[in-house]
Amino acid sequence: MNIAKSVVFAGLLAIGATGAIAQAPAAGEAPAAAAPANEAAPAAASPAAASNAAAPVAAAAAPAESPKVAAPAQLKPIATIGQPQAKEMGFQEQVTANGRYALWFHNSILLPLCIIMSLFVLGLLLYVIVRFRRSANPVPSKVSHNTLIEVIWTLGPVLILVGIAIPSIDLLAKQFKPAPKDALTVKVTGYQWYWGYEYPDNGIAEYVSNILPPEKAIANGEPGLLGVDHRLVLPVGRPIKLIATGSDVIHSFSVPALWVKIDAVPGRLNERNFTIEKPGVYYGQCSELCGARHGFMPISIEALPPAQFAQWVASQGGSMTKPAAEAAPATAAAN
Amino acid sequence: MSTTITGDDFHGGHAHDHHDADHKPGFFARWFLSTNHKDIGTLYLIFAITAGVIGGAISGLMRMELREPGIQFLQTWAMWSDGPDATLDQAYHLWNVLITAHGLIMVFFMVMPAIIGGFGNWFVPIMIGAPDMAFPRMNNISFWLLIPAFLLLLGSTFVPGGTGNGAGTGWTVYAPLSTSGSQGPAVDLAILSLHIAGASSILGAVNFITTIFNMRAPGMTLHKMPLFVWSVLVTAFLLLLALPVLAAAITMLLTDRNFGTVFYDAAGGGDPELYQHLFWFFGHPEVYIMILPGFGIVSQIISTFSRKPVFGYLGMAYAMVAIGVVGFVVWAHHMFTTGMTVNVKMYFTAATMVIAVPTGVKIFSWIATMWGGSLSFKTPMVWSMGFIFMFTVGGVTGVVLANGGVDDNMHDTYYVVAHFHYVLSLGAVFSLFAGFYYWFPKMFGKMYSEFLGQLHFWIFFIGVNMLFFPMHFLGLSGMPRRIPDYPQAYAYWNGIATHGYEIMAVGVLVFFVNIIYSLAFGKKAEGNPWGEGATTLEWTLSSPPPYHQFETLPVID
Repeated sequence: MNIAKSVVFAGLLAIGATGAIAQAPAAGEAPAAAAPANEAAPAAASPAAASNAAAPVAAAAAPAESPKVAAPAQLKPIATIGQPQAKEMGFQEQVTANGRYALWFHNSILLPLCIIMSLFVLGLLLYVIVRFRRSANPVPSKVSHNTLIEVIWTLGPVLILVGIAIPSIDLLAKQFKPAPKDALTVKVTGYQWYWGYEYPDNGIAEYVSNILPPEKAIANGEPGLLGVDHRLVLPVGRPIKLIATGSDVIHSFSVPALWVKIDAVPGRLNERNFTIEKPGVYYGQCSELCGARHGFMPISIEALPPAQFAQWVASQGGSMTKPAAEAAPATAAAN
Repeated sequence: MSTTITGDDFHGGHAHDHHDADHKPGFFARWFLSTNHKDIGTLYLIFAITAGVIGGAISGLMRMELREPGIQFLQTWAMWSDGPDATLDQAYHLWNVLITAHGLIMVFFMVMPAIIGGFGNWFVPIMIGAPDMAFPRMNNISFWLLIPAFLLLLGSTFVPGGTGNGAGTGWTVYAPLSTSGSQGPAVDLAILSLHIAGASSILGAVNFITTIFNMRAPGMTLHKMPLFVWSVLVTAFLLLLALPVLAAAITMLLTDRNFGTVFYDAAGGGDPELYQHLFWFFGHPEVYIMILPGFGIVSQIISTFSRKPVFGYLGMAYAMVAIGVVGFVVWAHHMFTTGMTVNVKMYFTAATMVIAVPTGVKIFSWIATMWGGSLSFKTPMVWSMGFIFMFTVGGVTGVVLANGGVDDNMHDTYYVVAHFHYVLSLGAVFSLFAGFYYWFPKMFGKMYSEFLGQLHFWIFFIGVNMLFFPMHFLGLSGMPRRIPDYPQAYAYWNGIATHGYEIMAVGVLVFFVNIIYSLAFGKKAEGNPWGEGATTLEWTLSSPPPYHQFETLPVID
């Protein structure tokens, strides 16, 4: 029978996809722990920053060391990309391959199904209201069973759900594809209530990213409540392995334009991989209740072309070649 | 089902009378030491309405603050709770206290007491032809435990809870925000409140299971039970299995907070995610606990006002059983972004979608019940039809959220807020209003005002849709939940949502006018005001029913 076949097929597909994928986000993975020890702290040392963060405005201090290379000029955000739009009714424009796939899945399959099912039920209700109102149908029928229709409305949804499950499982498989070897590792740490960013591969120690006062952000040409003092700077076109953890309570690193949301949990290293396709500034907000200023620890990613990214790395005293901390990822393979 | 009611009065020699001759204890004994399931049901309803007003007022405060960007009122309110020199952080903390209180009150002190304690107590014994619940005194303690539980929760807002006064952890009470992240006794009080409310619910569940299994009238087989009784039976099992897990989870929170254990502390070898797994192992069945009795109520009402038996009765009953069973193995879809492995996410995606199948069976069976019927659109029926449509809308967005890969962008956004308010605020609450109007004549012996009932429906229906539908857009656009202020771009839909709240509030006002008017001036209700479609046992009794019904058991053929 056709139905049975497709169910089995979908099942096998799911199992196949599952088996093929290495389990990427692992609690035991610890490459980020091996931060360059010999570096003369280029930015404010993180524990100190953590304790002085009471006032977000005060923490806007510039990196301590005067860099040899000037940082590239701060990118101005494009108003229509990477941030919410007024009166918007859908997702933000996606700038990663998986984001576009997920967006297609939602907009072309899930959303139409939602609308069709809701209108179908509404249509049936309206028909029943008109056709079977007491004045139109004074004598009720006594029918209370119909095996065929019951089988249809059980198997129909099953088929639809199997149809949804195929792209859904496929999307998950794509999202969990392990990062390639040349991926850039960034470690993100959630604090109450700001973010810390560290580039262990490039020898850039953790720096702190705090919210800008809304007036200042707007003066900068940035959306209020989303602008930060020090952005997370990432290269365009290069796979990024983002590792998130929390230092005090659970936070969640979320950037809608990248289709990325990953909890920053104390004691865990969660991983998410993505490749940004377009230069730009992409905003997000903490997405797990983390205390009083939960609504005021935004995320701002500045995606730069590779050359400018290299310049930025140099300006922070880092290098584009991996330091000796290379040995650390070996432990990751054990998982 | 036909019945015979003979009137032997249990309390002494006087002849049985359906109206007022049945002996009732004095006021204090009747309402404070009550063992009568109908009185306890009424107490539950009064309690739930009171809690609902408080929880609803809190959401009003939240919508006020969210009407436009910026902090408008929080700082002023914080002065009331934290003193005249309240800081901005304390104002933000107050926001978290408000969302926490709204969630906990609506779940534990409004929906559950109303739908299980209120309607379950009132009508399960009558519908199965029993004189009362199996354990009347336990029934009494179930209700009275809720009072200290509620007082503890309300009291927690006046003691320190970290940055400011009150528990600001969200209704989920996630560790470590609820442990190391919230100094002070507020969270302890909230946890104790949940413990006591949980104990109350477990006792209630034991009572319902025993009553339904042992006290059905002769001939009332399980497969003849009204669907509302089925729904309460399934719900009682969910309560019995889920609440102890919550109790364990929050007990470990207490010991982590006060006795130096490290169940949820990674630094000591524990894991914050353990709490989330335990919480949602309770929390997901909990959402079915809130909605299943609503399914039962809607089934009764649709059948009554279509003058037709429920279509596919067995399918309907076992769909609820299926939802209950599958509901226990899908919990981690609340945790898609916590860093689970891909296999786990795939499993929970697939398992979650399975729930759509029995839910679809229910939706289609309700429509098939109406199909060919002779429909009258009395207030309860209108609420029930509204329920079907709104629950469908909330259901399809649930299928969207079930996809782990898609949820990465929707988790903890307003889309989720929209989704669960469509299934709870427009689902469970619609079924509550439907049940209230349906059984109002039976419970209080007076007819409600049909005009005010219809008016209440339409105002409320427009209000809640205006309130919650724009939240889908906010969520898709990326607005996180649980924030007191938002970027300018979200202003438009937030403003509309707040206007929706205002409209809804007018609807609630009409509801109270209706109650007061009907109790004071309502026409006297007959035993069965709904005509031939109302076939369950409560309609064979007078309105209100005698203080002790079925002293001679009815016989069901």
